This record gives sequence, C-alpha cells and structure tokens, in this order.
Amino acid sequence: MTELNNSELIRLSAAQLAVKLAAREVTSVEVTQAYLDRIADVDGQVNAFLHVNAEEALAVAAEVDAIRAAGGAEAEELHELAGVPIAVKDLIVTIGQPTTAGSKILEGWHSPYDATVIKKLRAAKMPILGKTNLDEFAMGSSTEHSAYGPTRNPWDLDRIPGGSGGGSAAAVAAFEAPLALGTDTGGSIRQPGAVTGTVGMKPTYGAVSRYGAIAMASSLDQIGPVSRTVLDSALLQEVIGGHDPFDSTSLTDPFDTLVAAAKTGNVKGMKIGIVKELHGEGYQAGVENRFNESLELLKEAGAEIVEVSCPNFKYALGAYYLIMPSEVSSNLAKFDGVRYGLRVLPKDGPMTIERVMGATRAAGFGDEVKRRIILGTYALSAGYYDAYYGSAQKVRTLIQRDFDAAFAQADVLISPTAPTTAFRLGEKLDDPLAMYLNDVATIPANMAGIPGLSLPGGLADEDGLPVGIQLLAPAREDARLYRVGAVLESLLEEKWGGPLLAQAPELKNAALGTASNSAGGSN
Amino acid sequence: MSTDAILSFEEAMEKYDPVLGFEVHVELNTKTKMFSSAPNVFGDEPNTNVNEVDLGMPGVLPVVNKAAVESSIKIGLALNCKIAESCRFARKNYFYPDTPKNFQTSQYDEPIAYDGYLDIELEDGTVFRVEIERAHMEEDAGKLTHMGGATGRIQGADYSLVDYNRSGVPLVEIVTKPIEGAGSRAPELAKAYVAAVREIVKNLGVSDARMERGNVRCDANVSLRPHGRERFGIRSETKNVNSLRAVEHAVRYEIQRHAAVLESGEPVIQETRHWHEDTRTTTSGRAKSDADDYRYFPEPDLVPVLASREWVEELRATLPEPPAARRKRLQADWGYSDLEFRDVVNAGVMDSIEETIAAGASASVARKWWMGEIVGRAKTADVDPSDLGVTPQTIVELHKLVESGKINNKMASQVLDGVLAGEGAPAEIVEKRGLAVVSDDGPLLEAIDAALAAQPDVAEKIRGGKLQAIGAIVGGVMKATRGQADAGRVRELILEKLGVEG
Repeated sequence: MTELNNSELIRLSAAQLAVKLAAREVTSVEVTQAYLDRIADVDGQVNAFLHVNAEEALAVAAEVDAIRAAGGAEAEELHELAGVPIAVKDLIVTIGQPTTAGSKILEGWHSPYDATVIKKLRAAKMPILGKTNLDEFAMGSSTEHSAYGPTRNPWDLDRIPGGSGGGSAAAVAAFEAPLALGTDTGGSIRQPGAVTGTVGMKPTYGAVSRYGAIAMASSLDQIGPVSRTVLDSALLQEVIGGHDPFDSTSLTDPFDTLVAAAKTGNVKGMKIGIVKELHGEGYQAGVENRFNESLELLKEAGAEIVEVSCPNFKYALGAYYLIMPSEVSSNLAKFDGVRYGLRVLPKDGPMTIERVMGATRAAGFGDEVKRRIILGTYALSAGYYDAYYGSAQKVRTLIQRDFDAAFAQADVLISPTAPTTAFRLGEKLDDPLAMYLNDVATIPANMAGIPGLSLPGGLADEDGLPVGIQLLAPAREDARLYRVGAVLESLLEEKWGGPLLAQAPELKNAALGTASNSAGGSN
Repeated sequence: MSTDAILSFEEAMEKYDPVLGFEVHVELNTKTKMFSSAPNVFGDEPNTNVNEVDLGMPGVLPVVNKAAVESSIKIGLALNCKIAESCRFARKNYFYPDTPKNFQTSQYDEPIAYDGYLDIELEDGTVFRVEIERAHMEEDAGKLTHMGGATGRIQGADYSLVDYNRSGVPLVEIVTKPIEGAGSRAPELAKAYVAAVREIVKNLGVSDARMERGNVRCDANVSLRPHGRERFGIRSETKNVNSLRAVEHAVRYEIQRHAAVLESGEPVIQETRHWHEDTRTTTSGRAKSDADDYRYFPEPDLVPVLASREWVEELRATLPEPPAARRKRLQADWGYSDLEFRDVVNAGVMDSIEETIAAGASASVARKWWMGEIVGRAKTADVDPSDLGVTPQTIVELHKLVESGKINNKMASQVLDGVLAGEGAPAEIVEKRGLAVVSDDGPLLEAIDAALAAQPDVAEKIRGGKLQAIGAIVGGVMKATRGQADAGRVRELILEKLGVEG
C-alpha cells in the first residue's frame, strides 16, 4: 500500500505516522512489522529490548487496520495515535509480557495486572513492541546496571545510552520504535534523551499515573514520553496523562492543551531564565557551546533571556541521595522471594524465613541496588532520621522555594540536560559518585515535582555526540515546555537542515561492529 | 515452657501499685480493605479476598478507603478525642511474611484522633476515667499458620502457610495513656475498659466487634511500682488477649508475676508476653525495647487525610447515644433497681426489653417474661435470648391472655413453649392445647372445701388473720385442678368462704 520503504517508514515521526495511518496510506501492520524488522536487524548491537512483543503488537495493529478499513463510527472514534507502535520501559508492568525491572529478582515474572498507562495505551490501540532495558530498578545513569547486559548508544556503540531509561531512548534513537515510555526519578528520561539525541519529557509529578510503575522513589518517580520530536511527546503525554483513582498522588488537572502548545509556534515576549548554577563549571565545553547556541536562537525568535539564581541547588544532589535511597529501601523490601520472583535457599545452615529472604535478596539484587538499600536503611534509622532524611526534606523545600523565586522572574528555565555527552561503557562504573553527577541538572525538577523536557541541542564539537537542552516550567505548566521546546526544535532543525538523528551513523545490519566492551557487563 | 514464680495478688497489692496501658485493635467492617478494593470478609477460602495491592505486587499503590476514615473519626468522637484536620500515614518497616510489602502502612506521629477519654463504670458503680492517647488507622497483616511443629509456633515448624485475606483489613488502634490509681481493681478495670471499647465500636456499627474472630484484640501493658513512687516500673506487653475474661486474668497474672520478679530483686524485663488460656499464664515472647527500629517515614504514596470541621460535625451528629448513657436512661425510665438492671444487662436482654416495652408491655411485665421465661430457655438452647425466636408481640399477646384471666401464668409458660415449637400464635395455641382457666366456681368451691378440710389448722390461721398462710390452700386447689384454676379467683373464693377481708 505504501510507497515508502521500510527505512523511510521507521524514520517518520509518530505524528507523521498518525496522519498516514488515518489517510490509509500505510497500515499499522506494515508500520509495526517495519519496526519489528528493524529490531531484529539492529537490536543485537543496541540491546534496547529485553522482550519483543511481536505477536500481540501485530494483532493490535491488525485490529486497528480492520477498524479503519471498515470505516464508520468505530473508525472515527479511533485515537489519533491508534496503530502507532510504542516501546515500554521494563519498569512498567504489563499483562502478557514479562516485567523484570532489569533485575534478576524478577526474572520471568509476569504481572497479573496492567499499569494504568498500559491500559491507556491499549485503549488508544497502540501496538506495544516490547519492553526496554534499564538500569536495575531504574538505578543508574548508563543502563550498565541492568542484570541483562548494557544497552549501547546508537551514536557510538562503545558509549552508554544514558540511564536509567537507556533502552527506551536508544530504541527511539535507533529507529526501533517511534515512541517509548520512560520513568524519571532523577533524570532517567531526560538524561538518556540528551545523550541519544532524542526528546524526553518528565511531566509534572502527578500528571501521569504511577500505578504499575515499579516504584523506585515514590515521591520522585514520574512516567513520561520518549520520542524523536517535541510534538510526539505532547501527543503521547495526552494519551497517558490524566487523573487516576488508583494513584492518590495523581493530579485532577486536565493536561489537554499539550499538543496545541507544541503547535503554537512562537516564543515572542516569553522570559527564559538561565539558571546560574546549572551550567559553566563542570560542564563539558561542547555542551556549553550548544547551550549558548540555543539561547541565541531563542533570543532571535523574540524571547527575553534572563539570568536567575537557585543557590540551594548545590545541595540537591546530596539531598536526593538521601531521600531517594530512603524510599528505595522501603519500596524494594517487598522483593523477598515469598510471593513472586526469584527465591534462593541458603546453601547451608538453618532454613529460616529470614535466611531465605536474605539469600534471595543477596542473589537477586545487583550492587547498585544494594548500595542504595543500605544507604536508605541507614538514613532512616532511629537517631539518624532527623540528620539525614529530615534535613534532606528541608533541602527539598528550599529547592522548591528557589524555583518559586526563579519562576517569578522567568516563564521557563533553561539549562544543559547533562554536564557531558555520552561517556564510554565502563568508564564510571566503579565510581558511583561520578555516575551520580550525571543527574546534577535534572534532579532539582524531581525534588520540586515540576516538569522538565530535554530536546536535542546539537552535537558537541569535541566528540560529535548529542547534547541535550533542558527546559523547566512551574508545576502543572507542562504546556509551556512543549511550546518553547517545539519552537527551539524547529529553529535548530532549520539550522541543521533536518532532524539531528539524521546525522547519526547508520547501524550495520550485522553482528556487533565495534569491539565488545566487557566492562559494560552488569555487576 | 518455664513456669514463672508469682506472688499472691493480695501480697502484690500490699507492696506495689499497678500501672496499666492498653492497645486495642479494632477491625473495621468496611466493605473493602484499607487501601485496596478487595473485599473485607472473614472466613473465606485463604487468599481469595486479595488483589495485587494486598499481595504487594510490584508497581501497586495504596488508596485510602474513605469509609474506613469515616469509621475512624466516629470511633475517635465516641472516645471523646480531638480529630486531626490533616493527618498522614507512615510506613513501619520490618521484614515478616505476613506483611506483603514488608512494611505496614500505619499512622505514626499524626494519628487521626487524639487526646480523648472514656469513663468506665465498674460493677459497683464506681466510675474510672481512662485517658485515651490516640486512635490511629492502619492495615491488618495476613495470617500465618505454622505447619508441622508441635506447638503451632514458628519455632520448630516445617513450613508456614500465609493467608493474605486479612492483609489490608482496616484497623483502628486505640492507645490509652498510662492508667494509674486502679490499685487492686486493675484486673476488673482492664476487663471493663476493653468491654466498653468493644461495646462502643459495636454500637457505632463500625466493627462486628467479635473478639473470638479477632475483630477486637487487646495488648495489655502492665508495670508495677512500689507504693508512693511516681516513676513507672518496667512494663511487659501481653499480646493478643482475645476475650474479656482473659484480659482480666492476664492483667492479674502479670501483676502477680511482676511482683514476684521485683521481690526477688531482679529487674523486670521489657518484653512481649504470650497469653495462654489453658494455663492462664503468660510466657516470654520477644524482647522489646524502645529502640526497636521500624524506620518510620511518611508514606510517600499517599496524600494527607483531610477531615474538614464540617465533615467531623456531620459525623458527630450521626453518632448513636453512647451505651453507658443509654443504660442510665433506660434504667431510670423503667424503674429497675440497680441489681435488676445489672441482671438484665448481663443476660443480654436490654435491647429486647426495650423493644417489648415499645410493643406495648409495661417495664415489669417485659422484665418478668425475658428474665423469668426466655433467658433460661435460651441458655438451654445455647443461643442468645434475642435469637430464640420470641418477638415482642408474642409477649404482649401472652400477657394480654393472662391479664384477661383466660390463662394463668403456668399455662402462659406452656403457650410460650408452643410458640417456640412453631405451633402458631398464642391464642391459637390456647385453643389447640385446650388451655383455659376453669372459670366455673362450682368445681372450684368443691376443691376449696376439700383443701380446707384437709388442712384445718391452716384454715384456722387464715381466719385468725394470717393471710400469708393462704398459699397452702391455694396450692392444694391448684393441685386438685391440675393447674387449670385461676389462682387469683381461688384466693378470692377462699377468703370469701372463710369470711376474711383480703
């Protein structure tokens, strides 16, 4: 039916695919199959997928095609994105596919229920291509902490795709999916977006239901879209967002003007604030250059650039590494081998429940997970609670106040998403602190519950790797990010003469082309 | 099982002053669980009333049950507590397989109800005020059954089975402040306090309040201090004392045990104790210190529970009359003596009497029937008197038959048996069984003559004004007529015959 070949088809944005599907220029089965073929071709190198859901995806695609072919009311009522395939981070539970959270402790586990966002994808009839790789329980900035091997950056297979949602970002960057779902606790959607040249959005805390996202840190976690264009993320957030009675922290506000905002097309008169503390020292020169370039473009487009200061951001990383592990230590207590998942019996000695739980957790969790559980258990302990968890909560309030003050001066804030471009596999694996610093610019948004969008800002001069630009807005003002993001995206693409991903090297349809980096294995 | 030394209660009381404290867990009878939509039903097949939330599946989130909050506020109000405008849940972290998340979602530093009191009336009418520290919401744990061991305890078991049906059932935990000054009445007060809480939650309709099912569970804290000392002694906490009698016995036993420990010069160990109904003793559980570290922190998956003043006042307006106040009112209305009223209450027929009076009987008639006829039959049948099958209307009808002289009391009792045997309404049974008072004076006079002739000395006494002797003659007549005579009429006729003024 289509005149596009598969290679062209998979490079279309979700919005473009939606138009072609609605016009019946292409079928969902063709699109879905093209992506499944692409996965078969390149995922051996990228390792973005932990599970490919071909059969069900094609069945949903065929259903959408049949409805469209039959026409009538049912075809009219189809969602705009019906038939557009999507990949799902393997932290989000799905009926009919395994959900591992990137951990041995859940190997082979099948959820008896669907996450709310999955229900929404099914209601919109979007074929789910499969589950994507991640750092174990979303803990990491490189996807090297997956128990199922690292995902590789399509821009350079020796480099990390960011984390924890490296699988989702790499899948979208490698044209293995037009869209993906991620989760962002301290930057796990945005930082992978930055280093893979894709778009990642962390919505306002509560804008998207967390029901069915395996909790890492409940007060910080948020599900959000991963895509190749700003408009595509807006389209996807409108599908997955909205109030959910199963998530008490879910907002009742409507978030239905996101797509319209992405189509607004101007930033004239908007005040855009540079956060003094989120660039400069510690940021790679090439990152800084691309950042300044984006500022120039926005200024030319009529935005007013102002500088704001958020003095308490210097405490954000420290406070985050108390609150997050505290919640982790409690959220991950349920993985004990009693009801589901891995159960390991102690090799010798008495067979008590404590020892079975201990043996299971010792064998089932990786080092980074254990590190955070230990950290959090300590921080919550009697006698330390006030000094650690209590103080960290106070810092959180101070960060919120910094944002309040900043947003009194600017409509949106702007910064580089990550201080560096993608580093090499294994480079920071033995240095947790260096790894944690990747999230220095993304963490404040989680601490304050505000939305953050990362979009491609070009390639760094020194290494030719993608740089991400982060936009931040006040809580519930997700639409502003889509508005500014779409304008900046179009200005940049005009400059580049097309999408940034068009400049990515072609992945060979063959076995791994580069030397395998054994240091990239999970630890 | 080691046997602890105990001192006699009297000796313990001579030397020491007991301080009590109670944690009473009340299971709410909401339709669904505290944080999930699974049914809250007792007694079903294991692990059938569970969903992904109750099993602590990955990715699940809790949602607060509004009905449970409402019940908790009602309990708080009935305990004269203040209700927090805003309160939070917290996580109590500990690893145990009956807790599917390995933390219990509970309230920690922000209970929904706090600073209340309950006036407890002891048997002799003494009123003792128990201060309530707090009443907070939490979820119940699952139920563990330890298989293969001799004791049914986890130690020595081959394996354990977990039933998560109870996991997530809404609980309200009511915590008292230290109760001082009860002295030797401490065991009695303990029982009366738990009975009062049980009665209140039952009266509110928020709990089935069946202790044998664990709807109301009591942890009893006991410590002793020498008379005159202000500082509290070290306490023990006897867990899950699940009948009113056991509460009394457990407190009494712990007082005696503590006294013996203190007498020996040893310090009391702060620990939990297990209550054994068979031996009426406690044994050592696990050592418990104030430093037990549950790593509490605010539950990040829930937003604060808000109780607007309007809502609280709305709920206050729906509260039923407190049981103690109701009892006071009814006793005054009915004119029963303290003893009579206590018997009525203890027999569990207060409600039935109230209904019978409402149906038209007088207070004394209602009491006569329920206490004189029905309670005994219920005991024989081993059911609650109100479940025996006697309606207030039946009693009113029976009484009318007696009052009109159609039947006498003895016959009425037989009619009641007929009603219970399902023979029909009282009037029908009178007819069918041919029960009717002999009203023709002819045969009665003959029988009276015979009775007087048989006991001339009694006849003489009556003539002499000793009217109380008439019973012997009446008895003789009743015997002769096989109870068919109207005793009242017989009495009249005897007096007439003997020419004595009645």
